[in-house]
Amino acid sequence: MSINIFTEISSYSPKVICLLINTSHIYSMANQPIITVKNLVKNYGDFQAIKGISFEVYEGEIFGLLGPNGAGKTTTLEVIETLREKTSGEIIVDGFNIETDADNIKQRIGVQLQAAGYYPNLNLSELIVLFCGLYGINKTPMEMLEKVALTDKAKAKYKDLSGGQKQRFSIATTLINNPRIIFLDEPTTGLDPQARRNLWDLIREIRDAGTTVVITTHYMDEAEVLCDRVAFVDGGYIIGIDTPDHFIDQLVATGFEREKQTKGANLEDVFINLTGKEWRES
Amino acid sequence: MQYSNIRATLAIAKASFRSIIRSPSAVVFSLAFPLIFILVFANIGGGGMSIDVGVAKGCDTLNPVYQALKKNPIVHFIKDQTTDEMNKNLAKGSIDAIIDLKPFVPITPLNVNVQYSKASENKGAILKSALNNIFYRMQSTQLEKIQSYSGIKLSNVVNLKETTVTGREYKYIDFILPGQLGFSLLSSGVFGTAFVFISLRLTLVIKRFFATPVKKYSIVLGEALARIVFSLLGALFIIMVGHFVFGFTLIHGFITVLNMLVLAAIGLIIFMGFGFTISGIAKNESTVPPLSNIITLPQFLLSGTFFSVSAFPTWLQYVSNALPLTHLNNAMRKVAFEGAGLGDVTHQLLILLIWGIAVYAVAVKTFKWE
Repeated sequence: MSINIFTEISSYSPKVICLLINTSHIYSMANQPIITVKNLVKNYGDFQAIKGISFEVYEGEIFGLLGPNGAGKTTTLEVIETLREKTSGEIIVDGFNIETDADNIKQRIGVQLQAAGYYPNLNLSELIVLFCGLYGINKTPMEMLEKVALTDKAKAKYKDLSGGQKQRFSIATTLINNPRIIFLDEPTTGLDPQARRNLWDLIREIRDAGTTVVITTHYMDEAEVLCDRVAFVDGGYIIGIDTPDHFIDQLVATGFEREKQTKGANLEDVFINLTGKEWRES
Repeated sequence: MQYSNIRATLAIAKASFRSIIRSPSAVVFSLAFPLIFILVFANIGGGGMSIDVGVAKGCDTLNPVYQALKKNPIVHFIKDQTTDEMNKNLAKGSIDAIIDLKPFVPITPLNVNVQYSKASENKGAILKSALNNIFYRMQSTQLEKIQSYSGIKLSNVVNLKETTVTGREYKYIDFILPGQLGFSLLSSGVFGTAFVFISLRLTLVIKRFFATPVKKYSIVLGEALARIVFSLLGALFIIMVGHFVFGFTLIHGFITVLNMLVLAAIGLIIFMGFGFTISGIAKNESTVPPLSNIITLPQFLLSGTFFSVSAFPTWLQYVSNALPLTHLNNAMRKVAFEGAGLGDVTHQLLILLIWGIAVYAVAVKTFKWE
């Protein structure tokens, strides 16, 4: 008896197919760690923001740091990005120690800060030229803007862009130095559903091109569909780290049930269905 | 590819320069204000002194005293006011004197009636001296006539001999332009630097820069370079307008301009030190203007920008002579009008150097990166 794999798979729901693709992606990378964090502690005066966390980010994955406000997500990212001094612990980024090789790390990573602005009075092309100078890389503005579909905004000022365009431009500046890893701190906060989906596609494209992505977000639906693995941070500790599906399966296995039975769609699906999936430039 | 700090510095300088020339406040402060002040003061200063003398009703205008006064360039006759208006204006000091002359009758003494005003004592005194001069000459002519009849020879009391040496005319523009140039550098250095660094800090632009391999000194150097280039272009523009439109004196031409630009750069670097300090002290952008005004306003008024420091009372002169802008202005004037080289203004440069060291010592302590 021969088993037709195609019919076998297609008998699953679309969600599971998506899952299979995701999982195969992770295992193809053989779980090679690109960031290793060991016992990271960060104090601000008497306040202990991070109380000793350890985790690994694998090469080629989208890794999500999840947690409530003030949990220490941004601080953790900024220590890894060499923007903040750690109190203790050891961090290796792409083979370099953040203590001794900060310059090498800076050349290998791309950083998008939460709520960062750009040099005033310059248009997008000029900002790209500035960042090329800062990184010591020769790229044309158009080449970078094309990656994030902003070529028609080359002469626009950053402050005149829409929320989604601003985030895409920020991502363009993180890609200038062909980074091995990019860090995105709450890139989708404040975006409408279309712009959010548009940004997910961009982030997946970047991952598929071989760049590791570390992202923070408050939206669990986003982490569920976007992240290959997630870590929950709370009160300065990591309280769980796994793939989104394992987490969900584990919870379901404990007998957990939602109070209200979910329908086949939610209100966001309605919104997208009614207003259209294509992203609006405004 | 080897990472180049020079390339990063120049990238920041280029971005900063583009940003400065697109910011209206920088252009207004550095170019428009100085030029407006020069335009206004060059015209006020060009007119020189004028004494307004009211001519009373019934005053004899054929009178030799009247004719002599009329030839005096500083005397300005006012005839179109009523006696009442004239008296009021005299009391206020907007007219400096009222003159009433009776017709000249030979042999009899001339009746001259002059009213001065307490409200305008200085100008009244000048008119008095001008009148005395006229009377003296009239009396001398009279005396000569008498002598020619009597044959009695009287020796002269005074043998007056007046000569004027030839020299360069010191125009008001020669005074006002270096002062305005100095002030333009001061406001660009203090306001401009403070605003740029505080806004780059608060909008996390600097933090984003730190996520690139750029060095801290590249950021400061790049910003400084852009501001110096912009301010020197502005200075050159002000000097050229001053020279070609208002006749500003440049003794050795191009060399003088070059010396002035070197002084401008030195002054600007010191003033930027104040800007760095303020950007560190200020909590947000709205506290920058008051802090900057504390630095710039006293120097605007006391450093010989509009009036010569020597016009101040002695105690105030001590204050003036302690300020860096005073010495920059003095050095500029020496270079531009007296044709001094940089080697001739070492005293001023030394005081500026001391200021520079002091300001940057404070700036290093107070400057904040985030």
